Amino acid sequence: MSDITVTKGAPARFRSATEEAPLARWAMIAAAVLGLGILVFAPLIAVFVEALARGVAASLASLATRDAQEAIKLTLTIAAISVPFNAIFGVAAAWFITKFDFRGKAFLITLIDLPFSVSPVVAGLCIVLMFGANSLIGGWLVANGFPIVFAMPGIILATMFVTFPFVARELIPVMIEQGRAEEEAALTLGASGWRVFWTVTLPNIRWALLYGVLLCNARAMGEFGAVAVVSGKIRGQTATMPTTIEMLYQEYLSVAAFSLAAVLALLALVTLLLKTALEIRHADQLAATHRH
Amino acid sequence: MGRPLIHRSPMPGLGLSMGITLTMLSLVVLLPIGALLLKGANYGLAGIWETVNRERVWAALFLSFRLSLFAALFNLVFGVLLAWVLVRYRFTGRRILDAAVDLPFALPTAVAGISLTALYAPNGFFGQMAAEIGWKIAYTQWGIFIALVFVGLPFVTRTVQPVVEEIEREVEEASATLGASRLHTIRHVILPMLTPAALTGFALALARAVGEYGSVIFIAGNIPLVTEIAPLLIIIQLEEFNYDAAAAIGIAMLLISFAMLLVINLIQVWSRRRIGYV
Repeated sequence: MSDITVTKGAPARFRSATEEAPLARWAMIAAAVLGLGILVFAPLIAVFVEALARGVAASLASLATRDAQEAIKLTLTIAAISVPFNAIFGVAAAWFITKFDFRGKAFLITLIDLPFSVSPVVAGLCIVLMFGANSLIGGWLVANGFPIVFAMPGIILATMFVTFPFVARELIPVMIEQGRAEEEAALTLGASGWRVFWTVTLPNIRWALLYGVLLCNARAMGEFGAVAVVSGKIRGQTATMPTTIEMLYQEYLSVAAFSLAAVLALLALVTLLLKTALEIRHADQLAATHRH
Repeated sequence: MGRPLIHRSPMPGLGLSMGITLTMLSLVVLLPIGALLLKGANYGLAGIWETVNRERVWAALFLSFRLSLFAALFNLVFGVLLAWVLVRYRFTGRRILDAAVDLPFALPTAVAGISLTALYAPNGFFGQMAAEIGWKIAYTQWGIFIALVFVGLPFVTRTVQPVVEEIEREVEEASATLGASRLHTIRHVILPMLTPAALTGFALALARAVGEYGSVIFIAGNIPLVTEIAPLLIIIQLEEFNYDAAAAIGIAMLLISFAMLLVINLIQVWSRRRIGYV
């Protein structure tokens, strides 16, 4: 009667034709976890382990020294000046590129992207050659009491150079995708140019703008190569957090160097957290090149 | 008559947005690069060649480009694997891994540099393990390689990930229905679709690695002819106020990286045409 055999327990699961064998899958996941563990998590953990090697008190004491305090202050100041400038540039450039049609647009975008393919050290060198005391402009500025290289304006320029494309790059794809229809409608209804920008465009691009500013800020606070070239690394005057880390490290003040590094690492973690939150909550309003 | 330079548009703010864009672009990026090229022009081709054509400079340039190429190749393979795992598989901790891919973007290079050195130095966590099998990592070219892998890690993953997300399962199913094994489908259907994006990521990782300074100098040991990278040579020349030589090396680096980007762009155009995906 019964030539049907009943399998006990769960039925055997058939592998879909678009899946890899379980073994291959686990091997790939293991490779990903191991690779990121060694390459990314280990260095991150090492920063905190080294910073706390002599205890929390020693670490905090090193952050309370005058050099560390001045470095933190300078880095915050640099970011507070260069990031807004680049945000304004990013919005203006994205507006110009996406709202108007003109010849040479692709070339302009290439020029904006240029800092990404220039070494930070070469970027710093460019600024030294342009504004250094030996140059035409720099000589005149120094003579008039406004030195750029080995002073704060040079550090700001170097920081702006290396972070130049961040905001524009984030906004351009988003604004291309959104098109011009909403702005055109607002204009037809009689809104002024600024009103269109504040009430139509800005709400549409605010998350993408925040995303770009976040990345720009992280890089601005952490920039080392370009700043090392232009700053002269004068303690208490032009030494930023990253260049102070280098000096402390070379003086074998490991705890002090890593404590300052840990502050920057915390900043990086906060940046990643905010970035991930933005990606999850506002994915549809970020550039298409990121995850949907 | 050709096309007008700027088409008429009802959009407001042409003058303002163009003004800000072109002024800031010139002031921050174009004029400084122009200053470098001008310095090079004053110094003359012969002068540049004389500076660059020295054993120490050639060694540094060759080292920078060779190790960057190796690191970018490693990241090409690992980045594609990572993109695949993060998009296609579901497992605990996937979101954390996904976020961690961007850490090299967010972590300042000087921080990464001293941290990697602490890990791979002979008394460090990984350094000790390697030392037991007689493998020295920090202060050798291996150390530079690891630092360059670190800074270039996110590029390939981040360019390939959106493409993997958009692959239509039907294509894979069609391939399987026609009798292709999974491996055959991956090799002949999926990987070709990923190639242009992967090459873009590779080019970005390469460009970044060639110019990298902060994460490398701590772990490199900076021994002339052996572990001295090209950006460091520029710094050394600047510290001796030898601006001509610094400019010459800077121009050489600029030219070589532009040439590399050009070659890679051509490869991309070629692969897009051959494979037919954009």
